Amino acid sequence: MPVGVPNHRRRLRRTGSDKRAEFTLGALAVAVLVLIGLMLITVFVKAWPSFSHNGLAWFGSGGDVDTQLRAMNEVTPLPGHSIYYFRAWSLIWGTLLTTILAVLLALAISVMAAVFLTEFAPAPVRRVLEPVIRLLAGVPSVVYGLIGILALTPWINQHLISNARKKSVDLLVQLNGADLTTATLILTVMITPIMVAIIAGALASVPPSWREGSVALGVNRWRTIYRISLRTARPAIVAAAVLATARALGEAIMLAMVAGGRGFAANPLDGITFLFEPVRPLAATIFQESGAITNGPVSHTIYAMAAVLLVSAAMLSFAGWAAKQPLKRYGIRA
Amino acid sequence: MSGADPTTEQIPAQNELPATPTMAEIVRPPRSSTSTWPLIDRLCYGLCWATGIALCMIALAIVVFMFVKGISYLRPSLFIHSPAPSLHQSQSGGFLDPIVGTLIIAAIGTLIAAPTGVALAVWLSEYGRPAWLARAVESAIEMISGAPSIVLAIFGLLIFSQGFLSFLSQPAAEGSLGSSFLCAGIIMALLALPLIVASTRAGLSQVPDHMREASYALGKTKATTIRRVLLRAIRPSVASGVVLGLGRIIGDTAIVTVLAGGNLINQANGNVPILSTLRGTGSSLTTYVYENSPAGEGNAHQKAYAAAFVLLVMVLALNALVTRLTGERTARSNWLSRMRPAWIR
Repeated sequence: MPVGVPNHRRRLRRTGSDKRAEFTLGALAVAVLVLIGLMLITVFVKAWPSFSHNGLAWFGSGGDVDTQLRAMNEVTPLPGHSIYYFRAWSLIWGTLLTTILAVLLALAISVMAAVFLTEFAPAPVRRVLEPVIRLLAGVPSVVYGLIGILALTPWINQHLISNARKKSVDLLVQLNGADLTTATLILTVMITPIMVAIIAGALASVPPSWREGSVALGVNRWRTIYRISLRTARPAIVAAAVLATARALGEAIMLAMVAGGRGFAANPLDGITFLFEPVRPLAATIFQESGAITNGPVSHTIYAMAAVLLVSAAMLSFAGWAAKQPLKRYGIRA
Repeated sequence: MSGADPTTEQIPAQNELPATPTMAEIVRPPRSSTSTWPLIDRLCYGLCWATGIALCMIALAIVVFMFVKGISYLRPSLFIHSPAPSLHQSQSGGFLDPIVGTLIIAAIGTLIAAPTGVALAVWLSEYGRPAWLARAVESAIEMISGAPSIVLAIFGLLIFSQGFLSFLSQPAAEGSLGSSFLCAGIIMALLALPLIVASTRAGLSQVPDHMREASYALGKTKATTIRRVLLRAIRPSVASGVVLGLGRIIGDTAIVTVLAGGNLINQANGNVPILSTLRGTGSSLTTYVYENSPAGEGNAHQKAYAAAFVLLVMVLALNALVTRLTGERTARSNWLSRMRPAWIR
């Protein structure tokens, strides 16, 4: 039997099945793409009435957000306003405050911790720290929220906020320990492990010869780390910050539990009191209001908040991608 | 081929380059030289140590706190009783239903996300044509990995409350109710998908090209090579991705609250044994913790601590599993360069 003929035929058949496999997998990929595209479109369509009724003032400040949401829930428009009347500034401000403060804190901590981990820590300490960081990153946010609401909040309420301070803002808000400080601290603990992991990974993959060269020139270890390793890993640090920002932005449960849940734009001009004022971030608001999502105006408003979060998340993931590009030049994955 | 003759084994030994120095082998100046450093450098050095130790302390404090509280409130009876509506903590039942709910949602989510994720990763890494489509799919996956889970949840509610999807939950006045274990599980799959895709792709990129080429040389097609060679070789990566996804699913609260009904007791919908539970509503351990915390309605913090402890033990177990799965491959390499692709993203 000639060898070539059946082989040829078999190869043809195989190519057919190969094409089919590629086509099936590709179709699945397209389906996922369509689903995600659908998500963006439906969320924006659903959000549109809220944006169109308020215009750009949606992002501005004015009135009390909590009252506006309540009015929508009860389908009784506020006097002189449309039922869609909504000014999200205090929610956006709360999101910005918690996110930026937590990311800045976490950035300082995680750079230090990553340097410690890769350069200074003796082997046994490193062996302990690895699972610890992994564990901290894996703890569900509701557990962090529980610790916050049952342990940290009462402690701050009792020991850090004096009665005089509570009295001073009595007319505006109640200070009860569920506040900016608690939210920021717990958020920091939540995002630090992720950042440590990314930064430490980048530090570990800095070519050793670069540092050896620096050390051989008589530069001390800290200077070497600062001038060579951290500089090389700078894009990874940016990428870590971006990823952590996305995580902080989207955190809903923990913030719903410990941030105070009061639509109040904490005012930095209040001095120390500012730290103890409640905030209400966007994601937490969506979570708290999601029970009323069947009701028309409220649901449009909730989807509008979701759309804002989605756009920010998309921009952040693009920024993260852009930040990682310079690393590829050195063959460092981040 | 253990019994190869010594001459063939000598050749690689002679050609071997000096091993690239790892972190541990780098010759460092002796530690005593710290005293000659400038003050600011010494300060930073101390700060690094302080941060590292503080991180350890915080982690230890959290774990010890949760374990002490959890164990002191944990009773065996909590595992076999359903939650009961009551103002008193002693009468509000246990968390049997939430545990069952967690398992159901985790199972649905994983069953959907694992095959889809692996297929997507294979397509992206091995085919990826046309390039623009691959790029689009890649950024779409990036997009959901960055999207807050509460946003995914309310998107799910929007989709599943369409009338034609009422077979997933139950018909309502207009459209369908849109909340059931099935709905929650499907959206949970979306949450786990990026982790599985990332882990599988990391595994695929580590398979050397000569393995593929050897398979082609034996006359295997690309599809067969993927199924028989590549997927076998990267089994640990797939498994660790799935376990990471599982961890994400177990830990999520928002999706369960919004999409699984929000009632603590699992309510079946219909009479078909398993399907009715899947189409029914209920809770998971995370929503149980939330509802029993002062932020929720129950305000039974002993129950909340106990349930959170169970949750934490589950996460610890999954963590240990990931370490085991990835550890077998990379026992000798530096963990720092390995842990990132595995569980970030």
